[in-house]
Parts: sequence; structure tokens; C-alpha cells
Amino acid sequence: MSDVKSARPLSPHLSIYRFSPTMAMSIIHRITGIALYVGTLLLVWWLVAAASGPDAFATASAVFGSFIGQLVLFGYTWALVHHMLGGLRHFAWDMGHAISKETSTKLAIATAIGSVSITVVLWLGILIFG
Amino acid sequence: MSDFRTPLRRVRGLGAGGGTEHFWQQRLTALANAVLITCFVILLLTLMNESYEGVRAAFANPFVGIIMALMVVSATIHMKLGMQIVIEDYIHGAAKLPLLILNIFFAIAVAAACLFAIVKMSFGV
Repeated sequence: MSDVKSARPLSPHLSIYRFSPTMAMSIIHRITGIALYVGTLLLVWWLVAAASGPDAFATASAVFGSFIGQLVLFGYTWALVHHMLGGLRHFAWDMGHAISKETSTKLAIATAIGSVSITVVLWLGILIFG
Repeated sequence: MSDFRTPLRRVRGLGAGGGTEHFWQQRLTALANAVLITCFVILLLTLMNESYEGVRAAFANPFVGIIMALMVVSATIHMKLGMQIVIEDYIHGAAKLPLLILNIFFAIAVAAACLFAIVKMSFGV
């Protein structure tokens, strides 16, 4: 039975899917998850540097404080906020809420706007009060 | 080749072995992460302009040490589970098993390094 082959397209078939916000948020949730995974090395570096001594900590601080470092941390903040909002969306779904097509699309757009807004507000706060 | 096994016999054991355990652990650590990582971000904001001595003083606080350690444990379990799904979804063939093993080792190595640093600072060594 499983040997039956047909020329019909199999799902998931990205090229025949129409773009939708929920699809984009699903993909971005995965990508931000992978970014956060790799980025834990930054946490390791910061903690180990602080535990090692003033010299190692000064080096880490200088890199994190540099323009590139700040840019990476800005991106990491967004990935973290986006992934967290995506997770909260999953909790809503798990409890049976916001599953309809219209609501889930609205929620997907809200996630994108929310993650960018929170990240920008957070960093404006850092730049102004920091 | 004749296979005398029934279709049911052939597919048994090919599904998810752990039942809902993976799902449950993922959601449990997600909930913990939401709280603990928010605490960590607040800690980072307060330590932003602190000197080395200031950072060490903060990590000497038992409350900071415990929250940080819990965050590291919860986050590394969560990321191990997440990356496992990514590997299982996209990697088929010879690379799959080595990557699954590497994923576990990476998560444990991150956890070990972070926890060592946190404990060291907590005890002020």
C-alpha cells in the first residue's frame, strides 16, 4: 500500500502554500528558538567571565558594549521576546482559546507587532536611562 | 519477499515513544522560562552599568544565585527538547543520531558551565 506513488504534490509543499501570518509566525518561532539555542553561548561567556575575574569580565563587557555587541544583544532581545510571546500564544491554544482562523491570524500579527514594540521600548529605555 | 506480519504489527513501535512526556516537559519548562528569564532580564537591566565588584556582589546574593541556577536548568532542558524536534523534522539518514547526541551534549555542557560559574560566584570563591 505504501508503495503507491502518484504525481500529486505532497504536503507540506512550500511552493504551493499561500503566505499567511500564522505560517510566518510558526517559522519565525522556530528560527528564534534556534537563535536562542546558539546564543546561550553568550550567557556562558558572560557568567564564566564574571566568575573568572576582573580581566575576563572587562573583556566580555567591552565586547558586549561595542557597537556589534549591542547589535547582537538587540537582536537576541527580539528573538527572546518573540519566542516568549509565541510560547504564550501556544499556551492559549493549549487551553482551547484563539483557535479560529480569524483570531489566530490577529494573534499572529499581534505577536509580530508586540515583539518589535517591546524590544524597541526596552532598548529605548536602556539608551535613555542606561 | 513475503512479509507475514500484519500491517498493525509492522507499524507498532514506530510512533513517538514517550507519549506526551516530551510535550509536557516542553510546556512545563516554557512556563518556568517565562518567569525565570523575565527575572534574569530585570537583573541584567539593574547590572547594566555595574562594575565587576557590583556584579559579583549581586551574584553573592542567594536569591540571585538560586533564580539564575533554576533558569539555566529550565532553559537548557527546554532548548534540548526544541532542537530535538528540529533535528527529527529535517534531518533524516546517517546524520540524525549523531546530531541528536550532540544536541544533548551541547545542552548539558551549557548547563554545566553556567551552573559552575553561578555556584562559584554564590560561594564568593
